[in-house]
Order: sequence, then C-alpha cells, then structure tokens
Amino acid sequence: MAQAHSVLAHHFDDVPQQRDAATMGMWLFLVTEIMFFGGLFTAYLVYRTYYPQAFAGASHHLDLTLGGINTLVLIASSLTMALAVYGSQTGKRSMLLPFLVLTFLLGAAFLGIKAVEYHHKWIDHLVPGASFVYPGGSAQHAQLFFSIYFAMTGMHAFHMVIGLGILVFLMVQARQGRYTPGYHAPVELSGLYWHFVDIVWIFLFPLLYLIDRHG
Amino acid sequence: MDELKANPVTEHAHVVSLKIYFAIFGALMLLTYLTVQLAFLDLGRMNTTIALAIAVLKATLVILYFMHVRYSTRLTKLVVVAALLWLAILLALTMADYLTRGWLNPPATG
Repeated sequence: MAQAHSVLAHHFDDVPQQRDAATMGMWLFLVTEIMFFGGLFTAYLVYRTYYPQAFAGASHHLDLTLGGINTLVLIASSLTMALAVYGSQTGKRSMLLPFLVLTFLLGAAFLGIKAVEYHHKWIDHLVPGASFVYPGGSAQHAQLFFSIYFAMTGMHAFHMVIGLGILVFLMVQARQGRYTPGYHAPVELSGLYWHFVDIVWIFLFPLLYLIDRHG
Repeated sequence: MDELKANPVTEHAHVVSLKIYFAIFGALMLLTYLTVQLAFLDLGRMNTTIALAIAVLKATLVILYFMHVRYSTRLTKLVVVAALLWLAILLALTMADYLTRGWLNPPATG
C-alpha cells in the first residue's frame, strides 16, 4: 500500500539516520547475546581450567569430521546470507530470494548433521544423566564436559532454529517484493543475527572438538 | 530539500563488493582447515592459544566485512567494542576468583 512512501518513520530526520539507529539497535541486542553466550563460555573456561585432562579425553569422543563439515556448512551459509543482503541492497531480486533459500538449506543441513551427532552421543551413552557410561577415567568430569557440550551446542542450535524461522519470514516478504534498495533493513539486520550465530560456532568448534587432538 | 531527504532512494548503505565477500569466505575456509591441521601437532600450551587466535581472526573478519562494521558509524563500532569489553570483564573477574582460590586454603581434595 503506502509502504514505499512511508519508509521513513516520523521520529527520524532522514532515512540514513533511521538505518543507523536500526543497526545500532540490532547490535545492542547482539551485545546481550554475546553476554548470554559469554556466561556459557565462562563456565567452559572454569571447568576446562580445573579438569584439563578430562576435557581433552572427552573432547576426543566428539566427531571431528561431522563437526568440521558443519563448520564449513555454517561459513558457507554466512556467505550466502551476505550475498542475499547484497542482493537486497543493490535491488537484485534475482539474487535476494535464491540466496535466502540457499542460506535456509545450509542452516537446515547444519541442524541435520548436528542431530546425527546428538544421536551418536545418545547411542554411545554419552548424554549426561542416569544412563551416562564413560569408557575412560574421570567419568564425572567427562560428564561435566558433555553437559557443557550439550548446553552450548544446544543453545547454538536453538538460535539456528530461530534463524531459520526468520529466513522463512524474509523469503515470504522478498517474494512479495517488499524489499527495495531503499528499504531492506529486515534483511540486513537478520543478516547480522545470522553472522553472530556463525561467530558463536567459530569459537565452539575449536574449544569443543579440537582439544589436544595430537594426544 | 526535506522532500529529497524523505525519499527512500537517498538511503545509501555502503555496499561491500562481491570480490571482498568471496575473499573473506576463502580466508575463513582456509583458516578452518589450518586450525584443524594445527590441532594435530603437539605444540604444548600453544595449541589452545593458536586455536583461539585463529578463532578471533575468523570472528574479526566476519564482524568487519560480513557484518559491515568496518563501514558502520562510529557509534555502532563503539557498541561492538563495548560488548567485547564487558565480555572481558566477565571472563577476567570470574577467573580472578577461580584461579586464586587455592592461594588461601589448600584444596579440599588432595
């Protein structure tokens, strides 16, 4: 309707100011996300400092191949998201929708691979709780590692699920031609969220999967 | 003038070139390969340091280019840096507690 003409909300001087305010607002939200995951990383740091051997041993039970592939999948999804944002900025609708779809598919692939990994841990009795069975020493501290592993990768996966939901919304809107070079803030800000989730994994991968692999 | 300002066409976000996006993607892929290979070398305590250094480098590339912070306003840059500062406080003060507990009392279990 009047969408194209009412891009500028009345409380902003001009469109660039509105865009800068939206970007900063999104970053403020991401700051709270950084602090949220920061708490989990702190828990990891404390217990890894206390039980380095148990953490290294437990880390070797994670599937490096699947974890590595997932890292590549997620980085690729960040590229496709960046290209979708590029498409919206330059008004190339032939780029926007396909790259949103591609980002969704890569995100879904990540979750699928993650589900396979979780299933293996379930089969191997490595899920913390009553049925936890650990083949090595210091089982209790290894269980701590797996608790942190499931908490951190679980929260990360939860963020991915939300990201997929946002992508569906963007795909519907993009299909309706809602985004123009003049108005594409939802695409750009969702991009920030998606890249943030990618960054969390960039730290999770070496910290969980790559402890003392030479040992 | 006001009419011109209100025109959505005047919105000029900095558009990062495709070349830069693909270069960053290539660098991220390469660094992922590197961090896995280095994990299999016995470098003592340096293993974790190098793994974290690579992760920080990858995150920096994503923040600066994929998230456009390099081309953002100074206010946005300030928010990003402030986030890292608060995170550093969280990690440093927590570890200042946990790492120094043994200094006053012997550990409960030998």
